[in-house]
Amino acid sequence: MAIILDHVSHIYEEGTAMEAAALKDVNLVIPDGQFIGLIGHTGSGKSTLVQHLNGLMKPTSGSIYYNGADIHTDGFDKKNLRSKVGLVFQYPEHQLFEIDVFKDVCFGPRNMGLEEKEVELRAYEALKQVGLEDEYFYQSPFDLSGGQKRRVAIAGVLAMKPEVLILDEPTAGLDPKGRDEILDQIALLRKKTGITVVLVSHSMEDVAKYVDRIVVMNQGCVMYDDEPGMVFRHYKELEQVGLAAPQVTYIMQELKKKGLDVDTDVITIEEARDGILKALKR
Amino acid sequence: MLRDITLGQYYQADSVIHRLDPRVKLSATVLFIISLFIVDNFIGYIIAAVFLACMVKISGVPFRFMVKGMKSIVFLLLIAVVFNLFLTPGEAVVTVWKLTVTKEGIRIAVMMAVRLVFLIIGSSLMTLTTTPNNLTDGMEKLMAPLKIFRVPVHEVAMMMSIALRFIPILLEETDKIMKAQIARGADFESGSLIKKAKGMIPLLVPLFISAFRRANDLAMAMEARCYRGGEHRTKMKPLVYQKRDRLGYLVMFIYLAACIYFGRIFRIQEFIR
Repeated sequence: MAIILDHVSHIYEEGTAMEAAALKDVNLVIPDGQFIGLIGHTGSGKSTLVQHLNGLMKPTSGSIYYNGADIHTDGFDKKNLRSKVGLVFQYPEHQLFEIDVFKDVCFGPRNMGLEEKEVELRAYEALKQVGLEDEYFYQSPFDLSGGQKRRVAIAGVLAMKPEVLILDEPTAGLDPKGRDEILDQIALLRKKTGITVVLVSHSMEDVAKYVDRIVVMNQGCVMYDDEPGMVFRHYKELEQVGLAAPQVTYIMQELKKKGLDVDTDVITIEEARDGILKALKR
Repeated sequence: MLRDITLGQYYQADSVIHRLDPRVKLSATVLFIISLFIVDNFIGYIIAAVFLACMVKISGVPFRFMVKGMKSIVFLLLIAVVFNLFLTPGEAVVTVWKLTVTKEGIRIAVMMAVRLVFLIIGSSLMTLTTTPNNLTDGMEKLMAPLKIFRVPVHEVAMMMSIALRFIPILLEETDKIMKAQIARGADFESGSLIKKAKGMIPLLVPLFISAFRRANDLAMAMEARCYRGGEHRTKMKPLVYQKRDRLGYLVMFIYLAACIYFGRIFRIQEFIR
């Protein structure tokens, strides 16, 4: 039970002067229940990649399998796929359209053809999952703050009860507090439900403490695919492609260079603190 | 999906036609369209075809870009041809059931088709070789005399350039919102007409909101830069005629003269015969 990408390539405007390869021979396995960070610089192909995962885009070559079935064969139920692989776009608040928050969140489950009662139950649950207070449920989504709008939009996808949740830069344009709140809520949701999460970002710092695995994209190719600590070992190479490792990586590397025997594979500040204390006691 | 639309698309290339003053290209396009309606004999159309072919060649724009623009008028073209073919009275050539194809009908239908095709190629040649900004600059200059009649020429030109600039942005936005709603299970394709129209609401509402938001932002940005319309405004790159522009006008008038001359002469010969 997983999403498998097998030699997937995508070329925009093939055969014209504007031809551009967005994905080049990408091979990826997304197993159930994993929390994956998809990192890449602007234009590295990460947004293109996630749109392939729920069949919105068709690869120029290669295939994509969901639970063992090729999603581009005739008769494959794409609508069902899209409810199983929920995709939250960049700036998802721009897709809100209903007269109140609750109705907007109902849109997804209603399109699945569920019973009205089930639709409303799911919408309520989803809004609770993103931590929106009841008082906002019957307000116009356009009267909410930026962070609240984004939660409503994420709830709109969660209400379909996807097995895989993909978030394309869910924290873009939010202040540090709003960013942490959203990421914490996603981490909590994943802990509770065991859902697979793919978090797209260009900031290692954001994702480092949440994810099990990091996939680094560069110019349409997968550059690294490993645990966070292992990926950050390549901090010099990451810099060359316009990315950076979390700041603690730099501190630990620098300390090690200065002769302090610390573990450089730490990810969070807390781990770094413990590592330094341990090294000092030694 | 929506990337394929080539409305007023500019094709980047380095050619004499690209470098021509937009005023020359604008007047040339108008004159070319006029010439198509002056000419109504074979030789005239050959002259127009040769002229157009030369211009396309010089412009360096691949021919298939012109054909792309043609797709949108295929339906119109078909109607024009079919109606003229069957409904023109005259000498019958073929009769199918109650419909009669006449000699005059064929002549008019062919002429109509050629005119329409040339017209589209001619005008898309202009938009393909001129950036929208340049185009509106040229229009503003050409329409400047209308200021006497209190026509807000600058404002109209400004609105046009803003509208043109927003087309690709809104197309991209539409594509994005459409995908986002499809990801939420929206269906834009199947169902009855009413269902389809209702299905557009999740697309249109966010699109309008985003258009208003963008308009608001732009107005604010213009305000912040103290924009106040056309009075006493100077340009960073004012349009100045070069040698090639004068040459362009000359070529255009020679072409127009040739069209008129051969058009008349040939018709007289036909008349005499």
